[in-house]
Amino acid sequence: MKYKGRFGDYGGFYVPEVLMPVLEELEQAFYRFYEDEHFVAELAQLSKDYAGRPTPLYYATRFSEHVGFKVYLKREDLLHGGAHKVNNTLGQGLLAKYMGKTRLIAETGAGQHGLATAMIGALFGMETKIFMGVTDIERQSVNVHKMKLCGAEVIPVEGGTGTLKDAINEALRYWTAHVTDTFYLFGSTCGPHPYPTVVKHFQTCIGEETRQQCLEQIGRLPSMIVACVGGGSNAIGIFSAFLDDKDVKLIGVEAGGRSLASGKHAATLVAGRVGILHGAKSYLLQDDEGQVYETESVSAGLDYPAVGPEHCLLKDTGRAEYVAAEDAEVLDAFELLSKSEGILPALESAHALAFLCDQKGKLSSDTIVVVSLSGRGDKDVSIVEKRRPLED
Amino acid sequence: MSNGMKTYKQVFSELSDLNRAALIPFFVIGDPDFDTSLAIIKTAIDAGADILELGIPFSDPIADGPTIQKADIRARNSGMNVQKAMELIRKVKDYKDIPIGLLMYYNLIYQYGTEKFFADFHEAGVNSVLVADLSIDDADEIATPATSAGLDTVFMVTPNTNPERMKTIASKTTGFIYTVSLLGVTGSREKLSDAVEGLVGKLKKLTSVPICVGFGISKPEHAAAIASAGADGVIIGSKIVGLIEKNLDNRGKMLSEISTFLGGVKSAIEN
Repeated sequence: MKYKGRFGDYGGFYVPEVLMPVLEELEQAFYRFYEDEHFVAELAQLSKDYAGRPTPLYYATRFSEHVGFKVYLKREDLLHGGAHKVNNTLGQGLLAKYMGKTRLIAETGAGQHGLATAMIGALFGMETKIFMGVTDIERQSVNVHKMKLCGAEVIPVEGGTGTLKDAINEALRYWTAHVTDTFYLFGSTCGPHPYPTVVKHFQTCIGEETRQQCLEQIGRLPSMIVACVGGGSNAIGIFSAFLDDKDVKLIGVEAGGRSLASGKHAATLVAGRVGILHGAKSYLLQDDEGQVYETESVSAGLDYPAVGPEHCLLKDTGRAEYVAAEDAEVLDAFELLSKSEGILPALESAHALAFLCDQKGKLSSDTIVVVSLSGRGDKDVSIVEKRRPLED
Repeated sequence: MSNGMKTYKQVFSELSDLNRAALIPFFVIGDPDFDTSLAIIKTAIDAGADILELGIPFSDPIADGPTIQKADIRARNSGMNVQKAMELIRKVKDYKDIPIGLLMYYNLIYQYGTEKFFADFHEAGVNSVLVADLSIDDADEIATPATSAGLDTVFMVTPNTNPERMKTIASKTTGFIYTVSLLGVTGSREKLSDAVEGLVGKLKKLTSVPICVGFGISKPEHAAAIASAGADGVIIGSKIVGLIEKNLDNRGKMLSEISTFLGGVKSAIEN
């Protein structure tokens, strides 16, 4: 490896020897192409015409009235596929194409990354296999069907609780056996180096656009940026452009699940301890011995016991602050944005909104907050329906 | 070794005088439960095991196929943990002074405290600790504490490891090189990987460190082919762990099938 892939002491590449050559190949390809003129031009074109960038920064008037301060939504939910995930899958997919790989594999929790990978597999005419836990397959059946319509094979993973962690285990095992022709399109800023760096790079467009839009539309930078954190890709994407703006508070909202006290949650940075999983050192939800916990959250996309290494460093340095929102608060926020703005947020993104609801009465009325609305909630309607049946 | 227990060096040198490869069975400690696991390991020793490769069960064994994954789950469900694994290792060493290599995922070591883990397990009778998810690039995180604890080092080489890396790996290895026969995770395979012979030959030219081969070896004739390719040891895991799974309701049959299979492998690599 040319680089250590460390964020402070976090990150690295804790993988079996068999994966080292292929990670080196990926690192080499990334640094060869990411600033390459043709690569950059092709990605820019596809981001615009295929994915729908730039996305708007929208002033949510009625939602703002409710919480008592000014809320702007960075509308990643309007992207093709319904989430920020396509930024990364387009970037990595193009990288795979430039590397001459013929097969894409990916893990998925909510199915958003799986779908975004399946779309890109279709776009570039590559064979695509998506590894997905059986629990997630059941609760995200619409996305499963969409992936199949895009021509991807969805491989059910039974291990553990059948969620994202198990899907990653199985995708890594498959990759181990097919390293020569397969590109592992990793979905978040986690995993072994170079993935945290690669994924961040392809998600920085969120932050860059947001910063420019704030200056153009509001004439100043916001007081606060809020984003949900599972692995942390949309959060690192939007945070990245504001890291040097010390007056801009950065808040990451993790999945508080049933409650922190119950232990049934996925709030890794809030309640975890440093450990090693899936190739990286990061905060980790684990028992005293180091066995990794099964997590729980209403949102499949945040249901993960580890977290991106750069977020760990941002927590330790205090540059970003991490909090947790419980399922019940998240569902309230989902309903509030739907009713006040006619925008159904993904349950993942609704975690960020839940934090805003919690800030009601605590922030002054001229406070400007930008929320990364990382995805849309169509995929979650049946879950919300089950948890919160509508009255006639 | 400071505490006078049998070393890899002694075993490989004895075997090399006999022109034989080492028989190295792998088990998940505590599979399916503490007592049966101990009985299985004793059976393997009686059947002619020269070295033992043992794993402490982990929640997320990314380098393992379904057979070992299920063994990890069985062992954890029966209450196996790091402390009890140490206890079981002590009992094995009471039965016979046989070299033991631990095969671990890093997080369990990291949480225990790397230096303390190596010191405590060496004291319990372990000769080396191979960390499945730690590559040679980060070897220094474990090589120094391992050596000062009196442990040998064992690292993996895979069919896609380039010669430059092979040299680095060999230079940092004092025990043996765990040579992975194929691109993939652990698990029985019908056919022996085509890559094995060439890989063993390449390594033999590069280094005098003993070469042991594992992954996918499931028949006496596989073991024989690996031994005649010049390997110093044959590691067999999934095949015998599969015999545990198959006979969970009949301990007598489980032990006799493991004994018979290992006996067959032993004679296949004896000539």
